Amino acid sequence: MRHTRLRAVTTAALAAATALTLAACGGASPGDSTDGSTSGSDGGSGDGDQSAVGGEASAWILTGGGWPVTAASFERWNEGNPDQTITVEEFENDAFKEKIRTSVGSGEAPTLIMNWTGGTLADYVAGGQVDDITAETEDLVSRVMPSVAQNGVVDGATYAVPMNDVQPVILYYNEDVFAQAGIEVPTTWQETLDAVATLSDAGIIPFSLAGQSVWPELMWIQYLTDRIGGPEVFQAVLDGEPDAWSDPAILEALTKIQELVDAGGFGDAFASVAADQSADAALVHTGRAAMLLQGSWLYATFHADNPEFATSALGFTTFPTIEGGSGDPANIVGNPANFWSISASASDEAKQTALDYLNEFVYDEDQLTAMLDAGSVPPVAGLEDRIAQSDDAEYLEFAYGMVQDAPHFQLSWDQALPSDQAQELLTNLSQIFLGEITPQQFVDAMNAIL
Amino acid sequence: MRTVERPGAAAPTRPVAAVRRARTGPTFWMAVPALAFFALFALLPLGGVAVLSFMEWDGLGTPRWAGVGIWIDTLTDQATIDALWRTAVFVVVSYVFQAPVALLLGVFMAGRQRYRAVWSVLYFLPLLFSSAAIGITFRSLLDPNFGLSRALSPGTLSTNWLGNPDLALYAVIFVVGWCFIPFHALLYQAGVRQIPASLYEAAVLDGAGRVKQFRFVTLPQLRYTIVTSSTLMLVGSLTCFDLVFVLTGGGPGEATRILPLHMYLTGFRSYAMGPASVIAVLLVVVGLALSLLLNRLSGSGRMQSQQAGA
Repeated sequence: MRHTRLRAVTTAALAAATALTLAACGGASPGDSTDGSTSGSDGGSGDGDQSAVGGEASAWILTGGGWPVTAASFERWNEGNPDQTITVEEFENDAFKEKIRTSVGSGEAPTLIMNWTGGTLADYVAGGQVDDITAETEDLVSRVMPSVAQNGVVDGATYAVPMNDVQPVILYYNEDVFAQAGIEVPTTWQETLDAVATLSDAGIIPFSLAGQSVWPELMWIQYLTDRIGGPEVFQAVLDGEPDAWSDPAILEALTKIQELVDAGGFGDAFASVAADQSADAALVHTGRAAMLLQGSWLYATFHADNPEFATSALGFTTFPTIEGGSGDPANIVGNPANFWSISASASDEAKQTALDYLNEFVYDEDQLTAMLDAGSVPPVAGLEDRIAQSDDAEYLEFAYGMVQDAPHFQLSWDQALPSDQAQELLTNLSQIFLGEITPQQFVDAMNAIL
Repeated sequence: MRTVERPGAAAPTRPVAAVRRARTGPTFWMAVPALAFFALFALLPLGGVAVLSFMEWDGLGTPRWAGVGIWIDTLTDQATIDALWRTAVFVVVSYVFQAPVALLLGVFMAGRQRYRAVWSVLYFLPLLFSSAAIGITFRSLLDPNFGLSRALSPGTLSTNWLGNPDLALYAVIFVVGWCFIPFHALLYQAGVRQIPASLYEAAVLDGAGRVKQFRFVTLPQLRYTIVTSSTLMLVGSLTCFDLVFVLTGGGPGEATRILPLHMYLTGFRSYAMGPASVIAVLLVVVGLALSLLLNRLSGSGRMQSQQAGA
């Protein structure tokens, strides 16, 4: 009897443990897809690796968007410096975010650590995991627009330098749809509400929104809060001031979002639209939606997915002004750029290689040409002439001017905040868009974790 | 079709053999490689997670001891309570949906009808696809803007399946069921094939129709298959992660944030490894308790060699 009892218990334990282990495998798989190839490469840059000769370094980059330009830049470096090559691994966005954190935490990070600055960079700096590179990168930083470069500064020292295109959030629209509806692109909130009514009646989704991905919803609250109350409102949240979310500007922004949702501003199926498959852009270029608030990287997506539409009917403008708002309508939100930091646990040789690469290859002639060809905006001053001669002059001039004239460039809230607050923000914001909670409930929930 | 021999089922009997060393034949040592892997890749991480559940760690710095406070905070957190409730609904509804369909399909597949093999192959197909691919495919099919509803006449199926917080969980349960029913149907098919034809012949002589044959011969004979299948189904849906993650990522809002997703999002989005470990331990405990309970209820502790393939 005892034996069978033991057997039953063990069988059950094995079955449960097996199922749990399988689930754990499933959970890890997105981040593990490139595991085999990366674990070999970062060993050379780990500290304590005394025998590192020739200053070999490593870097992890992303795929898609403008990243091929960065990959090409590393290829050029490796051709010119065969004795101090930089090993490059490419990752999908989410996989990168999961993997980089654990590798930085365990001292196994690549020499060049890519980040979006904000809360993550602050964590790295607090943990002493990235180096102060103020003196070494002075030259590079002086060429970059200050509103972008300042994001890499923590407590007065430079810990990260920008390395690719500036990514403001832009209001894209379909010119054909507006022509058919016989209305103009809205420039104020009242015009926006009027346009929503007209377009909805015509059976067109006024604003395409990738609600399933949630982060595109951030762009709405960011712009609305900035237009209504200025950048100081969110700065108070970042500074951790008590009840900072209770600012009337945030309440009004949330209320306006829910009004827009109720008026059918995003159609009735936005929660099923995912940004990672560019379904939000597809709604616009197929004429089913009129407008889309998204990052500047979508310009390339429109050209890749539907070149005919992109050359004939793709329009772009700034976010509407809000009547009575105290924020400067020239302010923009988005990602100033991606940044490079240098791992504190790398060997001195590897660090030197990485610094040489930063100073010689980031925003050099070849990279600037490649970026402009790809339709992305380098955050470097004095490019007006080159932009005017490029193929995408109209768009690039618009985006470049927008960034240069902006008094304030707000880093995406989910990047600026510590991770736990960012996640809570995304969850609550999606519930605001779904109408599951009221603006006051949002404010209370966010205040509670400040 | 033969009984599915599960290697795991043989292992528990080994300690018994080990006591009686003198016996000849396969010894305890043959189970060592399997047990070593199990210890290294299941028990050791499990212990690590248990320790981590008392610590505060953001994945970057050094884990800091925080004690039971972290358990209290996590278990009283409304998000965890909601996730627990949602998981219960998910497990129960999944079971109610999967078990009968799998049983009936399995019985059908075990039959001798014409074209049965063709049908069986079709039913079997979902088992061959990767769950990530299934997730992406269903997400596209259920997309109200570009999915099935556009291909069919307008209006049909054009519901916002995965975007409506009231429907999303059930849409996910359907897809998970679609994915796992073939496996359980296969178990039942094997089970039914093991039932001696003489039992049915006797039933026919006694005047039993098809329904009565099913009720009084097939079902009782499948008893242990049902226990196996139910355990796998319940524990499987308790820990179901990949499909849900790909389909909805826990959204819209928190509508499909079941425990495994809650654990993942807490650990790898909020980087709160302590609370995530608490949820992980909770999952292990609930999963174990569920398996033990099923074993106890079904009386499989008294389970002896049977003709059913359990």
